[in-house]
Amino acid sequence: MEERRIGVYVCHCGSNIADTVDCAQVAEYAKDLPNVVVSRDYKYMCSEPGQNLIKDDIKQNKLNRVVVASCSPRMHEPTFRRALQDAGLNQYFFEMANIREHCSWVHTDRAAATQKAKALVSAAVRRVYHHEPLEAREVPVNPNVLVMGGGVAGIQAAIEVADSGNLVYLVEKEPSIGGHMAMFDKTFPTLDCAACILTPKMTIAGQHPNIKLLSYSEVEDVSGYIGNFKVRIKKKARFIDEDKCTGCGRCQEICPTKVASEFEQGLGQRKAVYKPFPQAVPNKVVIDAVNCRHLKGRAQGKDICRICQKGIPNKSIAGCETGAINFDQKDEILEVDVGNIIVATGFQQFDPSVIYQYGYGHLPNVVTGLQFERISNASGPTNGEILLASGKKPEAVAILHCVGSRDANYHKYCSRVCCMYSLKYSHLLREKLPDADVYQLYIDMRCAGSGYEEFYERLQEEGVNFIRGRAGEITDTAESPEEKDKLIVLVEDTLVRRKRRLPVDMVILSCALKPRADTEKMARTFGLSRKADGFFLEKHPKLDPVATVTDGVFIVGCCQGPKDIPDTVAQASAAAARALALISKGKVEIEAATATIDEEHCAGCKVCIELCPFKAISYDETKKVSRVNEAVCKGCGVCVAACPSGAIKGKHFTDEQIMSEIEGVLV
Amino acid sequence: MKASYFPGCSSSEGGAKAYGSSSQAVSKVLDTELVELEDWNCCGSTPYSSFDELTSLALSARNLALAKKKGKDLVTPCSSCYVMLNRTNAYLKQYPKVKAQVDEALAAGGLRYNGTVRVRHLLDVFVNDIGYDAITAKVKKNLAGLKVAAYYGCQVVRPKFGFDHPENPQSLDKLIESLGGEAVSFPLKSRCCGGSLVISEENIALDLSRKLLDSARSNGAECIATVCPLCQTNLDVYQSRVNKKFNTDFKIPILFFTQLMGIAFGLGEKELGFKTNIVSAGKVLAKYA
Repeated sequence: MEERRIGVYVCHCGSNIADTVDCAQVAEYAKDLPNVVVSRDYKYMCSEPGQNLIKDDIKQNKLNRVVVASCSPRMHEPTFRRALQDAGLNQYFFEMANIREHCSWVHTDRAAATQKAKALVSAAVRRVYHHEPLEAREVPVNPNVLVMGGGVAGIQAAIEVADSGNLVYLVEKEPSIGGHMAMFDKTFPTLDCAACILTPKMTIAGQHPNIKLLSYSEVEDVSGYIGNFKVRIKKKARFIDEDKCTGCGRCQEICPTKVASEFEQGLGQRKAVYKPFPQAVPNKVVIDAVNCRHLKGRAQGKDICRICQKGIPNKSIAGCETGAINFDQKDEILEVDVGNIIVATGFQQFDPSVIYQYGYGHLPNVVTGLQFERISNASGPTNGEILLASGKKPEAVAILHCVGSRDANYHKYCSRVCCMYSLKYSHLLREKLPDADVYQLYIDMRCAGSGYEEFYERLQEEGVNFIRGRAGEITDTAESPEEKDKLIVLVEDTLVRRKRRLPVDMVILSCALKPRADTEKMARTFGLSRKADGFFLEKHPKLDPVATVTDGVFIVGCCQGPKDIPDTVAQASAAAARALALISKGKVEIEAATATIDEEHCAGCKVCIELCPFKAISYDETKKVSRVNEAVCKGCGVCVAACPSGAIKGKHFTDEQIMSEIEGVLV
Repeated sequence: MKASYFPGCSSSEGGAKAYGSSSQAVSKVLDTELVELEDWNCCGSTPYSSFDELTSLALSARNLALAKKKGKDLVTPCSSCYVMLNRTNAYLKQYPKVKAQVDEALAAGGLRYNGTVRVRHLLDVFVNDIGYDAITAKVKKNLAGLKVAAYYGCQVVRPKFGFDHPENPQSLDKLIESLGGEAVSFPLKSRCCGGSLVISEENIALDLSRKLLDSARSNGAECIATVCPLCQTNLDVYQSRVNKKFNTDFKIPILFFTQLMGIAFGLGEKELGFKTNIVSAGKVLAKYA
């Protein structure tokens, strides 16, 4: 066997490690470890001079194994592996000891921390002894991109990718793209009309030659790996022949079934055959199978209604003139190949009815933020007039911040946009109802963004009453004649230290943005992790905010955390750029640390196939053995641990390597 | 079923004697024997706990130590005992320093306590262990037509993570309905009655009671059902003072929920003790008696 010549480099990381760990002592200690030829400590190993230390030693001292004791391998393992490669060594002859996150950052006792750092270095030295040369492989990148979710984030990402000449599958589960932004009235702080800035983008996405828009569709399954994903998409039956439907709207005029409109947040009605809103893209109707009389009847073997299709002949009302209605349509399954996936599934509004004391759901005129967007919207149920349920105009309105946010009972996080959209509501109220009193009940005003603080100041001048305090309750129990037939908001004004009762006519609850109910299912489909707050986890919160733990899958917009439109659009463009970078490179390197199966020992029990989270193992029917697709394998080691006959070996995680590492910690 | 029972001072020989006797009688009908904890003492009580917390916790812990020998659960009909005993459990778990001091006090009496007793309110046991259907099965006189404000008070549902929602509890409403009665809408159902402030800050307490009485009446309630001896006292005994102070004319009977159950189960005055109620329930309950 070739003689092992190991170099050890202990990094100070400025003061990050050196303050708690005696780095010089650790380096000194490493000199006496078996096979160590060189051991040094240095202020910043990741810097160019630091890397040069390694490269020079490899050449001059003929090192063939290297250990760097510094930070987590997440960030800098690739850096040091490259240094080895530059110096002509196989990149897998490297091992990192994490003495920052695992040691200096979590300890205060310098002597004990130094002791621990020595143990970690000793483990790495013993492990690297057994490292074998491995070759990273390259695979070609499929230039098609899947964008999941057709809100402003998905639309933006899709257009950016499509404009570069690559094909995009834009999948949206609702009948129209547009997402939440399509429901908004104005946008803060510029007061642009949301529809005016969004619908042109929707139209571009709908007509773009490189965008294949799959509305009313869901991604059912994703397999494969970066550059080479296979995606199974279910196109739900619309009961409309999309090629024939012109979106004229005749069917929805004559349909006899009315149900609460999701788009109008339950404040208006739609028909069973409907277009969610006038500017819908695609401009096609959809039949809601749950409420359609004909489809309900059909389930019971009856043939009823069909008014949309046939019209009402005895009243000379014609049905669909293009013959687009097709009650026999079935769900369709599509399989597409893509190289990158951009997940833009958005958020869901917190349901405030669980905060019983706020009265949502049982006190009239207590509305959510999205409901107010519709009330104020010119194309909404009141044509933009701000009206109470009774049809009267409110004389006083209270806006409650942080409903479900910054609240240990519901969501601890700040939803980031509520202060700003609450200010926007105040402005719209002052504009449309100049005589009405407007109260904003806030905890802190968070107006960080371009032009945001200025907007807050403007609203103070517009005569809005700002009260610092979280409302305790909304009640209709009047205690004085002025409170009769009013909603009374109970709040402690913490600036004047006084309890107040505010009689108002309408209360707007500025509800939290929360992860969608199907986030867990989506996470499993796309191989994503979730943060403690439930949103999707990014690869690095600061330096890699759109990538994820699954290479080739990106997250953008509110599925990653609450954010405003500018941030969402910026993220969408960032993810598009990341996908395009991979596409233009054309090939991708994949990790060599995979599992391999020794066919001699494999009993063909298939335990590994069931357990593999990446669907990388298949069964060879002729040889009756399992086989790892190394291009798909992530080297997680689940199969290695589970194999009852010990036939699977995890490359770069062999038993020998791991046992030596443990031994190193213990000596 | 047998359950270890902590009556607390008011329901045993105090002002809420009728609560104690009706709790026992109703439980018997539901095939549940409430076995009074032998040699129990004061629960530590909410007013006392703000005066001398450690002694109050030690008093409370002594009851828990005694109960530990008798089984897992300790049932009480009193909201104040319920909160105090539960709080003691929580303190001993959360504050090792306090636990050490309490342990020392218990050891002096030859007792030990390790935090395993689960403190339950009688309402919780009735609705969650016995269940609404079993209660309905024992009804002899359906309370049809009786409009009741189900009043939980502030303690039995707080802090949260108890057996019912802190702002919109439902268990007593459903129990009243399982007797055939009608639980009217009562938005103030988990608000404070004034508690022991009626002694030190009478004006504040009377105003809180007034709000409750007003809300119950304006929602059409003929009587208020309570789960707490102190709530009953404040709303019943002090109702005339509320009337005097605020120039109102409330005449709302304030019943223990067990008295209401007793009526439905066909029990008599001897067990239910209506004669101790200050505002007479005679007229309201006439057709069910």
